[in-house]
Formats: sequence, C-alpha cells, structure tokens
Amino acid sequence: MKIGLFIPCYVDQFFPDVARATYELLTKLGCEVEYPLGQTCCGQPMANSGFASLSKGCDANFISCFKHVDYVVAPSGSCVLHLKEHLHGSDEKAATHIREHIYELTEFLTDVLKVSTLPASFPHRVGMHVSCHGQRGLHLSSMTELRLPEFSKPMQLLNMVEGIEVSYPERKDECCGFGGTFCVFEEAVSVKMGKDRIKEHDVNEVEYITGVDVSCLMHLEGILKRNGSKVKTIHIAEILNHELKQKA
Amino acid sequence: MSDVINGKGVLSHADAAEVFISDEPRTDWHDETLWFVRSKRDKASLQVPEWEELRSLASAIKDHSLSNLDNYLKEFEEKATANGIRIHWAADAGEHNQIILDILKKHGFSKMVKSKSMLTEECHLNPFLEKNGIEVVDTDLGERIVQFRQETPSHIVLPAIHLKKQDVSDTFHEHLGTEKGNNDPQYLTEAARGHLREKFISSPLALTGVNFAIAETGGFVVCTNEGNADMGVHAASVHIACMGVEKIIPRAKDLAVFLRLLARSATGQPITTYSSHFHKPRRGQEMHVVIVDNGRSRQLGRADFRNSLKCIRCAACFNTCPVYRRSGGHSYHTAVAGPIGAILNPNLDMKANADLPFASTLCGSCSNVCPVKIDIHEQLWKWRQVLAEEGHVAPSKKVAMKGLAFIFSSPALFRFAGRVGRKMMRAFPGLMNNKKMNPWYKQREMPEAPAQSFRDWFKENKT
Amino acid sequence: MSSREKILSTITANKPALVAAPELVLSVVADRENMVARYVKALEVIAGKAVVVKNLDSAIEDLNATRAAGHYVVNTVSALGPLSDEVTTDTHADTLEPVYKAFLSAEFGVVENGAVWMTESQMQNRLVPFICQHLVICIHATDLVANMHEAYDRISDMEGYGLFLAGPSKTADIEQSLVIGAHGARSLVVYVVEG
Repeated sequence: MKIGLFIPCYVDQFFPDVARATYELLTKLGCEVEYPLGQTCCGQPMANSGFASLSKGCDANFISCFKHVDYVVAPSGSCVLHLKEHLHGSDEKAATHIREHIYELTEFLTDVLKVSTLPASFPHRVGMHVSCHGQRGLHLSSMTELRLPEFSKPMQLLNMVEGIEVSYPERKDECCGFGGTFCVFEEAVSVKMGKDRIKEHDVNEVEYITGVDVSCLMHLEGILKRNGSKVKTIHIAEILNHELKQKA
Repeated sequence: MSDVINGKGVLSHADAAEVFISDEPRTDWHDETLWFVRSKRDKASLQVPEWEELRSLASAIKDHSLSNLDNYLKEFEEKATANGIRIHWAADAGEHNQIILDILKKHGFSKMVKSKSMLTEECHLNPFLEKNGIEVVDTDLGERIVQFRQETPSHIVLPAIHLKKQDVSDTFHEHLGTEKGNNDPQYLTEAARGHLREKFISSPLALTGVNFAIAETGGFVVCTNEGNADMGVHAASVHIACMGVEKIIPRAKDLAVFLRLLARSATGQPITTYSSHFHKPRRGQEMHVVIVDNGRSRQLGRADFRNSLKCIRCAACFNTCPVYRRSGGHSYHTAVAGPIGAILNPNLDMKANADLPFASTLCGSCSNVCPVKIDIHEQLWKWRQVLAEEGHVAPSKKVAMKGLAFIFSSPALFRFAGRVGRKMMRAFPGLMNNKKMNPWYKQREMPEAPAQSFRDWFKENKT
Repeated sequence: MSSREKILSTITANKPALVAAPELVLSVVADRENMVARYVKALEVIAGKAVVVKNLDSAIEDLNATRAAGHYVVNTVSALGPLSDEVTTDTHADTLEPVYKAFLSAEFGVVENGAVWMTESQMQNRLVPFICQHLVICIHATDLVANMHEAYDRISDMEGYGLFLAGPSKTADIEQSLVIGAHGARSLVVYVVEG
C-alpha cells in the first residue's frame, strides 16, 4: 500500500513541523510514504473565491503528482474536502481514483489503518477545535445540528494519547471564522468569530488548542499572539506524534 | 475591502458588518440572543425521534412539487376559484403591488392592516402603497416596531431582533405615548395590543402572507404566534393573501410534515400558536390570492439553484449562521437576509447582491439545520463561480486569483515564490505587518516564516 | 401574453423532470402511551392549561361565575348552557371586541404539540377564538391523536376555515422575552373530559 503524502501549500511553507509530524507518524505506523516533490496546492483558494475555472493547471499538476499512489493522505480536512468534491482533469480516471482514495489524516488512521493504540503522550490541557470542512464535509465527527449518534474520529485518536486532557468549548462545533479568503475579505466578522472561539477555550483553561486543519489554527494563533495569550495552537498530528522524551 | 456595492450608497456586507461589530457588547448580545434560538431549535428537534426522516420527507415533497409546479398551480387556481377565492397572477413586484392597489381603489379604501409577509417586503409594497396615499399598518409586533422606526425587518421570523428593549421603549414612547424609560416587555406589548386592536377593528382590508398553498383543496395556511393575521382578516371585509409560486404543496396531509418542522426549526416551539387553514371567504367577505413569480420561475431553471425554492422561511439558517449572528440582518441589505437570502437575492439582482455569497465561511451549519434540506452552503459556493464568471467580482481579486493559479500550476514557480516570500517576511516583517495594506494583520499576527519549507527539509533528509 | 400564461409557460419550460411524490411513511411508531397526561404536559409547555375532568361541571361553573361578574361571555358549546345566538358568521368585530371569555368545543387535540383542531362551525364566528380576552375549549379525552399525521388523517372537512390552536397568543419580539397575550387570547384553558 503506497501512500502519497499531500502537504498543502501554506503548510509546506509556514508549518513544516506539522508536515514532519504527519510524515513521521505515518512512517511510524508502518506506512510506505511517498512525498511527490512537484506538488503545490489543492486549488481551493481560487475556487472558493469564485474562480474554480482558473484552477485547471493546478488540478493537472495535482493529478500528475498523485495518480500512481494507492491513497493520498493530508493533514487538512479542508483541502481534502475540496479535492474530493472538485478534482477533475483530462485524465479523469486518475482524478476519480484520487477523489475516491484521498483521506484527511485522522480518518485515514481510524478508517483505513484502523489504529487502536498509539505510542503517544501529551500531558497537557488541550481544547478541541472542530473544523467545519472536516466535520460537516468529511464527517469526521457528528454534528450538533443533526439528530444522529455521536462520534468523533479525531477524539477517538486523542483518547489513545497518554496524559492528555481534552475539552470542548461550550459551542462545540461553531466555525472559527477562517473561511479561506473570507478571513481577509470579511476581516471584521472573521476576527470576531475567532475571538469568540478563544473566549470559550479560555473558560476551560486550556494550554493548547488543537484541530485537524492548520488554516483554522493559523487564524486562531494570529489572534492569540496579537492579544498576548499564553495559549498555543498545535495540530493534531503533532500531538499524535508526540512522545515523552524519557520514553523515546 | 471598502467598496460601496452599488450606486445607491449601500454598504457591502463586509463594510456594514464592520460597522455592526464596532459595538462589540451589542454584537455579543445579538450573537447570544440568536444562539439561544438555535439552542431551542436543537432541543425541539431532539424531542422528535423521526426528525431526520421528516426533513427527508419535507425535502422530497418540495422536490416533487417543484417538478410539477405548473400543474399544481393550475389545480390550486381551479379549486380555489371553485371555493370562491379570486386568483391574481403577478409576473413581478410591480404587478403585485399594482394588483393590491387596484383592489384597494376599487373599494375606495385608504387603509389596511398587514401581517408578516416577506414577499411584500421583497416587492417593497409598503412604500408603493404609501406613495399612493394608503395607510399601511404592519401588525406583527416586531414589524410594527421597525415600521415606527422606518427601518426594515432584520430577520424574517424575528423582525426586530436587532433592537434592545430600551430602543423599543423609546420608539413606543414617541409613537404610542408609553412611559419614558419603561422597558418592561410585558408593558410595551400591552401598549401595542391596545394600539393594534383599534387598527384591526377599523381596517376594511387585511393582507397576509401564505405559508403553504394546497393544490388538491385550493386552500392555504397562514401561521402566526400572535394571532395578528387572523385578527386582521376575520375583522376585514376584504382579505388578500400574497404568495410566491413556490408555496404550493400537493396534498393537505403533506402539511403534517411541514407543520411539525416549521415552528420547531424557527423558534423551538412544537407548533405555532395559530395555524389557520383558509378555504373559503366567510359570508359576505371577499378573498383574493395573488400568485407572484418575481424571478422564481427563472430560478427554477437554474439546476444548481432551484433547490433554494424549497425554503419554508423558518430562518433556522439565520440563527445558526455565525456570520449572520455577528453582522446583523441589515448588513445583507435585502428583504431576506442570512444564508438563504444570500442564495436567493443574486437571482433577483446579481450585481447589487454579488457580495452576499461571499458573506459566509462555508461552514455548512445552515444546510444541516434546514428543515427542507437545501444545500445552502454548496449553493453559496456555486453562486461565487457564477458571479466571477459574469464579472461581478472585483477586478483586483480576479488578478490576484489569476496570479495564484499561475503559481500553483508550476511547482518550480511555487517553490521560488515560497522561498522568496518567506525570506522577505523574515528580512522585512514590516512588508506584511501593515494594517492598512494587509487586512489579516489588522487584528492578527502573521504566521512566522520558517527558514526551511517541509519540502526543503524532506529533500535534505529523506531523499 | 397574460402574466398567468407567462408565468406558467416559463415554469413548464424550466421545471426539472418529474420527481415522484414520497410516501408519507415513518419508521418510528407514534407513542400512544399516557395520551391524556402527555397532552396536559404539552399544553403546559406552550403556556396553556389543560384540566382533566369527569364532566363539564367546572366549565359550567366558570361560565356562570364569569357572567355573574358582569363580563361578556360567548358560549358555543351546547353542553354548557344556552348558545350565544347573537354571534353569527358575519357579526362585526366592533360587537365582538368586548368579549371577555369564549367557550368553544374542538374536534380533537394533538398530543405532540398541545394543539386543538377546530372549524368555523364550532366558532360561530371566525374572530371569536382570537378577539376574546380569555379562551376556554372543551374536548373529549378520547379525541386525542398522537401527532400531526394522525391529525390530518382524521380531518374530514376543513370547512371554509379551520384552525390548529396551540396555547394563548404570544410574542417574543421584544428581546426574545416571552409575553403571553399579544393580540389574541391572554389565556387558554382546555377541559379534557374523561368518561
């Protein structure tokens, strides 16, 4: 089983630690991981701004990078959802294969690898940020709007981590306000939404806020830093890959 | 992004929202008040084990109705006419308004009462009638409040939700002579009750909206909590009910599905206080139904957007929308605000409402609460594509997106741009850390630019 | 072309291919346990009050006492005493405005939401249940249906006007504060007669 690791453009450029954690975690779990060096972006920034028509070159590049792998895995619910819904190209057979075999990291661990234990330890108070595209788009967890049984794939994994104390904010799955280009075109609402999420995590006295999407965390981190907060953001891959020094 | 979106000096959603949020305590109050309504909706839905099945049924009934809409409209017309109801057809807002004015004129009436009808808001009926010398009294309490203040409703179910009780108290003091500073909702509602009773009794004509029109029986249903629709029409000698073509449902028994969903989705009540079924005028009364198109048949032809016509106007999508709660209904500058408004209004005027599909993070909560399962957030995304295609997105944005698309289609260029960008950010933080040029930086720090990208690390260590 | 033709022809041209109407079938079986107690509870939730009685004596007492206090009472329930014949289909609102309390009967009640279904003939005048200050409704305990599906199955004639009425008139238009008695009745008592 060959896994193609997709590292979203901004994660590659600004959050290499998240990418490294994802790579190391998958390798640690015995996967054969390939990282195609020619990859760039999923195309979402253009598409969500109304210019899906401009992303053909980007899509073609993506398909050529990943057409030969069995699964594509990425540490981002949002980028994965976009590709699942919108990736097309001249090699439609390859595009379809990718759409059907692309996974966000946590769902790949729970659904494909069926991970039941993890050698991870993270003795901290962590607030769970539920990212919308992963949740409502990829169904990584149940949603408060629907009358369906409760579950959460990210939480299922965090529960395997030693010493961690995870809490949800009062409004369990309200959007953080990132929203792609929304974060700059609707700056005022975007920041207000982020501040309100942080306020609820503060009530739980968390040390970290985690989630499956770096974009949400980047937005929350920007607000936390500006306001001089001690709370840090950390991607779920970094927690799942985290081992205590004495254990290592 | 300060751009006035049309020649009338209307602020774009983003700009109006910024003004709204500048009063943060009030924004928090607005957010919490509407979240409370969303929570009541959750509780109500949890009490119905078959909730998700009901949503599927409601959606399927509406899909069916829309696919046979012409025949159902004809059936409704035939049955209603046989029941003694007079049917009128209005192709657009202007014709709708004229039909109502003509009925008033024919009878020599110069005043009327009106219960809530978002269609008449969409058609701007009140200003039209007032210009023609007709006194229109909105009788829903929230609508009467905003009418006194010469505002428009900011929410389709809770028209005055943007106001605090002090505001209402001031308004009633000015218009109804209530005690200055008495903010007690009970006292204020009582004052409105007295004021509006007199209007109900003396008004010869009453106008209502229509929640559902039943093809097989030729009747229609109007739902209120206050009883204002009924007080008006049962006292008046002429009743006019206005409905969009999409209000048709095939059978009376379909009402069970919709009435179980409507109030629970809207306010968390198990049913509205009054669900009135009109089939015939009362003895001596005249009953008219105005069937309005105003762009709906066009929307029916757009495969990606026809689904929006299934809406039953419960406003659950408003209450759950994190953007609506923090920007207020007026920032949408249209009769129907919120997520559903953002997919309905571009059909009415693409240019004037081009900002609305962008007033969303596409979080998808709206689609989840929708009792008729409209794929609201997916339609928002699709409208963005149409608006860009039709040239209703700022040229600067298009240039930026073209640049991005170009960079992302070439791995070498992407690596180059990334490396240069990060270097620049590290060397000259002031370039990005500029509140005027970079909206991100206004209230957020930029992410730290690392010396090495993941790809560089990977190449160095793993290949 | 008239607007009617224009609208209908555009719809014909633009409508999607016919989608079949769904069967109104639910997998969940309606709860039929403790119908009376659950109806009482449902009405309480929406600010009404249901009183379970063996006969209509207390309703009659209420009617007589209200009248004796000098209030204008409208009665349309023959079991409670003489009908208010002066109220007819076309009695004007002016005449009805002073009605203090109205006594009506309803066809049945709905357990899931506390509503009662009544038609024009039971009201004598459509305005009566709205314009009165206080409303009293009589139903039989055997006339309770579990939910709205059963309700519509049961209705045989909607008449010119029919109404699901659920509790007293209410509004929350001022800061979401619930106020009972917006335009319609300020209170609702439903007598549920057992036996």
